[in-house]
Amino acid sequence: MAEVLVYVDHVDGAVRKPTLELLTLARRIGEPVAVALGSGAENTAAVLAEHGAVKVLTHDAAEYADYLVVPKVDALQAAYDAVSPAAVLVPSSAEGKEIAARLAVRIGSGIITDATDLEAGDQGPVATQSAFAASFTTKSRISKGVPVITVKPNSAAVEAAPAAGAVEALAVTFSEKATGTKVTARTPRASTGRPELTEAAIVVSGGRGVNGAENFSIIENLADSLGAAVGASRAAVDAGWYPHTNQVGQTGKSVSPQLYIASGISGAIQHRAGMQTSKTIVAINKDAEAPIFDLVDYGVVGDLFDVVPQLTEEIKARKG
Amino acid sequence: MSLRIVVTVKYVPDATGDRHFADDLTVDRDDVDGLLSELDEYAVEQALQIADAADDAEITVLTVGPEDAKDALRKALSMGADKAIHVEDDGLHGTDAIGTSLVLAKAIEKAGYDLVISGMASTDGTAGIVPALLAERLGVPQVTLLSEVSVEDGVVRGRRDGDSASEQLEASLPAVVSVTDQSGEARYPSFKGIMAAKKKPVQSWDLEDLEIETDEVGLEGAWTKVETATERPARTAGTIVKDEGEGGKQLAEFLAGQKFI
Repeated sequence: MAEVLVYVDHVDGAVRKPTLELLTLARRIGEPVAVALGSGAENTAAVLAEHGAVKVLTHDAAEYADYLVVPKVDALQAAYDAVSPAAVLVPSSAEGKEIAARLAVRIGSGIITDATDLEAGDQGPVATQSAFAASFTTKSRISKGVPVITVKPNSAAVEAAPAAGAVEALAVTFSEKATGTKVTARTPRASTGRPELTEAAIVVSGGRGVNGAENFSIIENLADSLGAAVGASRAAVDAGWYPHTNQVGQTGKSVSPQLYIASGISGAIQHRAGMQTSKTIVAINKDAEAPIFDLVDYGVVGDLFDVVPQLTEEIKARKG
Repeated sequence: MSLRIVVTVKYVPDATGDRHFADDLTVDRDDVDGLLSELDEYAVEQALQIADAADDAEITVLTVGPEDAKDALRKALSMGADKAIHVEDDGLHGTDAIGTSLVLAKAIEKAGYDLVISGMASTDGTAGIVPALLAERLGVPQVTLLSEVSVEDGVVRGRRDGDSASEQLEASLPAVVSVTDQSGEARYPSFKGIMAAKKKPVQSWDLEDLEIETDEVGLEGAWTKVETATERPARTAGTIVKDEGEGGKQLAEFLAGQKFI
């Protein structure tokens, strides 16, 4: 059976959920061979094996942290040369897409980004994507070279599928260009203790109606009662009420959770582009004419300062 | 020596219009008004600020696209760019991101450059990979997704705000930069700027000028193939209630019924 390269997104050996979802998709096409780079790479093997990786290629070097993107491209290319895979799958993070794109040019292959599903096809893997603010769904394949595909979080279920997961050292020679862009300082983001926005099963977002940074605590309280991530509309972010890393929409994150709760968000196209594919959508808004109500499974026309705290209390009461 | 800045821009269908696909599954450009991609305005803005800070700089704005794409160039010129290059050729219809990066890279090399500045993504394709592809093809450092950028003594520095960390980056010119919508609000063209733009030079190049074979680009030359495009069915109308004092509880009841609580 053909091997499929899976690029591993991990933090010091802790594998992030989208990579495990990639393994589910990779098994539809062939046998997953994982590539883990940087500090803690070897510690990824156990969990990757549990989810179907037949091999885990690892390499650590200071270059991965000290220089932007290119060292990782060099390593993924080394893995590609070593394995001759049938496809290369990479998580659709900002960095993941850049790594995948550069690899595609180097190996003379087409690239598909932000896939939301993947299936085997007669002429190679067929990828599903959303287009035009998720108003269209397309199915595409790669017509030249070995398919390079980046996949969005929440595109597949994480499945246990025990495999050997044998760790092999990957030999990497960095290119001359690897040290072109130096990372001179890195400030880790303070952890909120909440799930990652793009990976969360439930997202609770606030918009213009929240009317001030100090009021976002009521959105956070609702999120915490559900174990959800917190999102914000562009209006709320531009007003400085919430960080840009939490922005949902065309110029922020695109999310596809099981449940999306929009509070005080009108639902302009810019916002819809980032949340329209959510399974269940709920909205609270004072304006009965707000376009967000066209998308909802359940909507409450009312003041979010009344409805949201009451909802939070009721959830806490029901959860006991 | 003058700092040569090339800003890559895209002419896209208006996101607030009814965007759809043409029969050949390329983006339909006829039925929806086009404009300069909003995210490229931030690139033009940062180019103008970098040029202001430099002793001597020249900004060339570059696009690949059909005849109407000149509107995007004109907008960038009216914001203050000095000149424009329009790569236009019937053979380009249906070109994918990989092909577009080839055409842009050849045009950037022909124009001559110290710094390339792009937006973070287009508002129609939204992949956001062209800046990385340009850096790969041009063989120069990639300094991308910056929310702050400056150039001094032949070195570009900037801040890249990622999900897990904020990074300070540094590279020597020549380099490829992309900027996010957090990099600073783009200026509106002044009346004077709009008038001046009409007199600024717009050069037209075709594939032959760039020594690109027609089978390297276009729909036939694309390395990806869209097989189907289906309009997402409208969401079925949901239940809407008016809050009469129990709205939060009613919502909780719905969520419990859906097994979210």
